[in-house]
Amino acid sequence: MSDMRDMFVETASRLFRDYCTPDLLRAAAAGSFQTQLWDAMVEAGLTKAAVAEDAGGSGAELADALALLVPAGANAVPAPLAETLIAGFLLGEAGVVVPDAPLTIAIPRPGETLRAVRKGDGWLITGAVARVPYARFASGGVTVIAETAEGPLLAQVALADCKIAEAANLAHEPRDDVAFNEAPAQAAKLTTRQAADVYAMAAAARSAQMAGALQTVLQLSVQYALERSQFGKPLGKFQAIQHNLATLAGQAAAATAAADAAIAHAEHGAGSIAIASAKARAGEAASIACNIAHQVHGAIGFTAEHALHFSTQRLWSWRDEFGNDAFWELKLGDQAVAAGADGLWAMLTAAA
Amino acid sequence: MEALSFAPPPVSEEAERVRAEVRAFLKTELANRPPFKKADSWNGADPAFSRKMGAKGWIAMTWPKQYGGHERSALERYVVLEEMLAAGAPVAAHWIADRQSGPLILKAGTEEQKQSILPRIAAGDCYFCIGMSEPDTGSDLASVRTKAVKADGGWVVNGTKVWTTGAHIAHYMILLCRTAEPTANRHEGLTQMLVDLKATDGVQINPIYDLAGQHHFNEVVFRDAFIPDSAVLGKPGDGWKQVTSELALERSGPERFLSSFTLLVELVRALGPDPSPAAKIAIGRLVAHIYTLRRLSRSVAGMLQRGDDPAIQAALVKDLGALVEQEIPEIARQLIAAEPDTKSTSDFVAVLAHTVLNAPSFSLRGGTREILRGMIARGLGLR
Repeated sequence: MSDMRDMFVETASRLFRDYCTPDLLRAAAAGSFQTQLWDAMVEAGLTKAAVAEDAGGSGAELADALALLVPAGANAVPAPLAETLIAGFLLGEAGVVVPDAPLTIAIPRPGETLRAVRKGDGWLITGAVARVPYARFASGGVTVIAETAEGPLLAQVALADCKIAEAANLAHEPRDDVAFNEAPAQAAKLTTRQAADVYAMAAAARSAQMAGALQTVLQLSVQYALERSQFGKPLGKFQAIQHNLATLAGQAAAATAAADAAIAHAEHGAGSIAIASAKARAGEAASIACNIAHQVHGAIGFTAEHALHFSTQRLWSWRDEFGNDAFWELKLGDQAVAAGADGLWAMLTAAA
Repeated sequence: MEALSFAPPPVSEEAERVRAEVRAFLKTELANRPPFKKADSWNGADPAFSRKMGAKGWIAMTWPKQYGGHERSALERYVVLEEMLAAGAPVAAHWIADRQSGPLILKAGTEEQKQSILPRIAAGDCYFCIGMSEPDTGSDLASVRTKAVKADGGWVVNGTKVWTTGAHIAHYMILLCRTAEPTANRHEGLTQMLVDLKATDGVQINPIYDLAGQHHFNEVVFRDAFIPDSAVLGKPGDGWKQVTSELALERSGPERFLSSFTLLVELVRALGPDPSPAAKIAIGRLVAHIYTLRRLSRSVAGMLQRGDDPAIQAALVKDLGALVEQEIPEIARQLIAAEPDTKSTSDFVAVLAHTVLNAPSFSLRGGTREILRGMIARGLGLR
């Protein structure tokens, strides 16, 4: 934990809390981009946190930048901050100038392909990626990793050159299908980062957002249990409720610790045990925690009016984005089998 | 929300050096130990092994050198513990003395107590048991009834302790007893005493066999047992405060999530090189859990190293750890069809049987699940 991270996280937490009111979250869910929120994040240097200073960014380590996503998740920030941080990091690393406008990443998942071929001095991108976060609002461009005969290519495609089919997740966050039909790359650099490595980076980012959302779910549930009285005493005085909330606290703590490890390993790629563990663990924690939170809140938590769903709907969505629990558990299982019975412990301790 | 705060575990190069040393030692030391025995790790007592660990400097690692300690960091100690447990080494004989009795004596003991006992613990020669639970006192620890009455030069003790792990091999018990009548504050009037089990008249140790037929715990009966003033640990009346700080040491270590690790190892072996995707997913899920628990547990070790009081965090790690420990046999039996049998010649089947029979204790010993969740709830401000 660096001083840089403490400073960033503190600034960001305050800003997110100030802006992300229920009204703003409802407006975002209704389909409008929250320009004031975005401009404030730009102004505070958050969106380009992981971009080198000489490229116009804040020059933080990627791990320190991704740490912003814990408070972002806690406040249900309705903007492509995770995607912009990762795109900015990749572009900055490749020496591409990073715009202030929102960015997103279109990373083909298993079964999807994106190909790039040379045309003159540039590249043309062809293929499709489903459910790209905030694609319709990515006025700064869509960052892709495409396959070429020369290895993976990092490229930036203008929104106008993408075909967008709008869709959304359960929390009404845009998750658009994006098709590229010989779309010209605005900037392109061959890279050693495979699509699967960037997919893992995004999984680390979602884990951090999930950790934040779980903290909020816990905090709302504890607060409600203390405020709401039945049978003459606050709900929180009933042992059954206390034990459920203790379980919820354990899940939030586990997801937070796992996410912490994941963002520290965000650059370690598709084989990272930390990232796989974090995304899988956060997914499991989300399922348990949302159940308990809604049970504690009773009917009021099931209404559109109450704020609980801003967090639970995100958790129900995020657990299946950038690889669900089973996707990452299979990877861990493959590694455990490869390590073998007598290598299992060494594998666990080496990954710390 | 304080309960949630787990600082990233500190990194220690020295600790990683110790890890390599311990692994090399265990590789030869445990080469012929069968998996069924390995599954018993911190219930497996072997004084000869404990003395070897003492000679290596792997007991009393963090204590001052003047008392036989080695002035190493809590993180180096943590590495030794987790390597021992993961390998299934028989560490039970000295485990309690190293984990909590020694640190308690170091904190609350007299100079004479420290000098006479601590170097022997460090050598792997002196073992302890914990005299807390009683027939009518389980989770409600403040209700202890074992009574010490002041006499000339000491105390006369009457009462009964139960579930006393290792009393039959221990040299000392740290006895929690009542030295003053209960007042409105039940936590007052409790005192801890060092009972020399080899040299005190009026102490009878009776075995209690567990459901697996194992003899780990005991009933210890005190009948007019005389305990000299010099054996009082800390100040009379400070017993409750001392016990609660002792319990934080008892709850966060790697023994709280590695109890079933031998079964996971044998499960991976039994599944072979090409398990079904479903089996790999189940194994991968356990890897994710253990990876995360290990991080939480090391974070608590870091907090202890800094001198913080991570009682709530320790309770939380133990609660999460026991859940996974108890899940492992359930998952194993779904992945490999086998009828559990402790006498089986199949390592997997024997270890499965052993783990199934021991699993209920994982969420009882060292604070029940209910007690731990109550503590977490208090940490959340609910009580």
